Amino acid sequence: MNTFNSKIPAGALHEKWDNYKASAKLVNPNNKRKFKIIVVGTGLAGASAAATLAELGYQVDAFTFHDSPRRAHSIAAQGGINAAKNYQGDGDSINRLFQDTIKGGDFRSREANVHRLAQVSVDIIDQMVAQGVPFAREYGGLLDNRSFGGAQVSRTFYARGQTGQQLLIGAYQQMARQVGLGGVRLFNRTELIDTVTIDGRCAGIVVRDLLTGEIQSHSAHAVVLATGGYGNVFFLSTNAMNSNVTAAWRAHRRGALFANPCYTQIHPTCIPQADETQSKLTLMSESLRNDGRVWVPKRADDNRPAHQIPEDERDYYLERLYPSYGNLAPRDISSRAAKRLVDKGQGIGPLKNGVNLDFSAAIERLGREVVEERYGNLFQMYERIAGEDPYKTPMRIYPATHYTMGGLWVDYELMTTIPGLYAAGEANFSDHGANRLGASALMQGLADGYFVLPYTISNQLASLLGKTIPGTDHPAFKEAENEAKARYNGYLNVKGKRSPDWFHRELGKIIWDECGMERTREGLQKALSDLPALYEEFKTDLRVTGTGDSTNQTLEKAGRVDDFFQLGMAMCQDALTREESCGAHFRSEYQTEDGEAQRNDDDFCHVAAWEWTGDAMNPKRHVEELVFETAHLATRSYK
Amino acid sequence: MSHLKNLTLKVWRQSGPTDKGHFENYTIDEISDEASFLEMLDVLNERLIGENKEAVVFDHDCREGICGTCSLMINGVAHGPQKATTTCQLHMRTFKSGDTIVIEPWRATAFPIIKDLMVDRSAFDRIIEAGGFITAATGGAPDANLIPIPKPVADAAMDSAACIGCGACVAACPNGAANLFTAAKISHLNFLPQGQAERFKRTEAMVETMDEHFGSCTNHGECSAACPKEISIDVIALMNKDYRASKFKNRKELSR
Repeated sequence: MNTFNSKIPAGALHEKWDNYKASAKLVNPNNKRKFKIIVVGTGLAGASAAATLAELGYQVDAFTFHDSPRRAHSIAAQGGINAAKNYQGDGDSINRLFQDTIKGGDFRSREANVHRLAQVSVDIIDQMVAQGVPFAREYGGLLDNRSFGGAQVSRTFYARGQTGQQLLIGAYQQMARQVGLGGVRLFNRTELIDTVTIDGRCAGIVVRDLLTGEIQSHSAHAVVLATGGYGNVFFLSTNAMNSNVTAAWRAHRRGALFANPCYTQIHPTCIPQADETQSKLTLMSESLRNDGRVWVPKRADDNRPAHQIPEDERDYYLERLYPSYGNLAPRDISSRAAKRLVDKGQGIGPLKNGVNLDFSAAIERLGREVVEERYGNLFQMYERIAGEDPYKTPMRIYPATHYTMGGLWVDYELMTTIPGLYAAGEANFSDHGANRLGASALMQGLADGYFVLPYTISNQLASLLGKTIPGTDHPAFKEAENEAKARYNGYLNVKGKRSPDWFHRELGKIIWDECGMERTREGLQKALSDLPALYEEFKTDLRVTGTGDSTNQTLEKAGRVDDFFQLGMAMCQDALTREESCGAHFRSEYQTEDGEAQRNDDDFCHVAAWEWTGDAMNPKRHVEELVFETAHLATRSYK
Repeated sequence: MSHLKNLTLKVWRQSGPTDKGHFENYTIDEISDEASFLEMLDVLNERLIGENKEAVVFDHDCREGICGTCSLMINGVAHGPQKATTTCQLHMRTFKSGDTIVIEPWRATAFPIIKDLMVDRSAFDRIIEAGGFITAATGGAPDANLIPIPKPVADAAMDSAACIGCGACVAACPNGAANLFTAAKISHLNFLPQGQAERFKRTEAMVETMDEHFGSCTNHGECSAACPKEISIDVIALMNKDYRASKFKNRKELSR
């Protein structure tokens, strides 16, 4: 175990980041080019970090498993990005955004990180507008805002329903400029499969060329993992098909602690599963809840089409249960409410597995044109997938796995417990506590890449000036390469009967049933006995066809599913040992009389950070106590 | 939910960049009409693995029509028969029982085939690297509301910026030209006040990089018809206008 110190700077909360920057060590412009930094992942966090670090003068190597950096899954974010600009004059401020985020995370995040996030949020919007992101505008030419769940102000900036796409393209283009100038060397279709630690410091990475299967090492002064979340452990999620945990997990196996793996967010508005071939679920942006009303029939097994159900036989349950936030109640709360009604038989649709998201009132109030202007592309997407016109019949929605708040443990500098190894964006655990608010993932990814890492990495690199770092000919690199080769050859040589996808589906079922929206002690224990058995089967009955020396997506998948198994066990252990309900982590044993999450601040007001011990079933739990200096630990209420 | 029966797939198989390639026939006995086109290929691949054969390689990722990773010529049409729809959003309800479906990779000189249905589209990245950006280093940006942008201008920029970089325009073009892609990016940035400083330098650099990799445009309009995001062919006219202007403006700048 390496250092485990969150390194929160001294001073009042709102002064900490300024204090940090004022005392952080800098690297002289002429010396910056002597340092090599590896950035893995080219989503919002990775692309913005790579671009900014290269602009500063560092040599940057950027890696992505996609064919182009622009494909990273940040691109699929729809609704928007939060920032405390208070352009609407509706009472927003940095402090308000900070308070909302802390409360939204159910008091399980680190105050100093969250406050810094709120502070730099305003700079992100300025930067992205300068990059040419075509945010929505009012007729006077100023920026428009909408509101999102868990907030009572309108602070969300958006570009139609494609905000993630536009922000990613902005960051990608900024990075592409550096590729053209030689500041960034780009390695596409290249996947990280291991990290290498030498003398207690991250020395580089081992990657696999997805076109040739070649395994190679790269050394650097610092390595940033901006490799996204692990929601695909559930098999069915809103994540892209290739999103995976491998980079973070391999770093974890090399000594980086993994924090709060059980904090996985279930998004309330996704298109329900339609049949058994379903490969992924599609999110319908939370922004739709600005104008859509959520309801189910009051009577169970009501088979009438929506328009034939009179008003007084509908249950607008979010408006009923949470009058002050209504349809904009936070994600975890809205999801559980939907699940309970569907479980009671009040679900709608052919499989009775959804609830209505109804726009008829909005269309009546605003006219079809305004609704189309706001959500046109989302409505179109819905129609493509569900085969129904949401202008005429309500959308059918149901919760699905969407985002993972847990991730690699990082300190205030976003450094993992391996010195020199950083984690940014969804890959780290830092800012969202037990539940993330809508439109905050884009904010955090860009905050980390643009405005945090460039300062904190310089602070660390300053002390390495003049020192040589181990090259890729170091035995530790060779050893890691050999291990990786053996691992991938191993998958090819099992020659069993089941495909990686088959195992992934079975794994996902266990995790969804026992470690999904509601968790129980018995369920988690059952999962922890089923998972090792299935994993054993994976090791002995896997079948990967094709070879290892050309593009082989089956082989890629095998490696990712292997890591998902180990992560799944960690998730269940984390969920089992956190004997409270908080945010997205809902343990049935710990709930209030009216079914809300019941925290246990006396025993669990901490981050659980897990250490790899060599056995996935026996990781070691460490604790970082959370100290709240300004936020008042209250029961979260959105009533 | 109902099922389609007895589909015949003619799938392009090519073991690597230098292999000649050939069509392989597969039958799908039954598939749900709620399945997406790529889920139908998933089912095929599961079966192939079951038969100890190598799965068909194809590019895909988000499966919600935004990342631009998926491709495929389906019955000779880029992204298949449904208008304004990427392959991943295409559903089997578009087809009927007994259909024969021909599945090929993008075919264009600038997009060499890597394996089966997967192609290399990195020439698009080279065009962006040449000038598809606004130079604004992190940290120096003025307040976001300092420069008002009229709503119609922001909307027009957004219409162009909706491009997902999938390459359907190139695949559909008889000349393998990338004019729609390049023009969409140029007009996104050239419409905006922030994009004016580099407008002509950008246009010249991007057009000339495009010309190094891709064929020439002869105004067939196939690109726009194939575009899953319905980017208008008008942007090509705007690009040509700015390219012509750039030849004068950039020269003037040099002689200054």
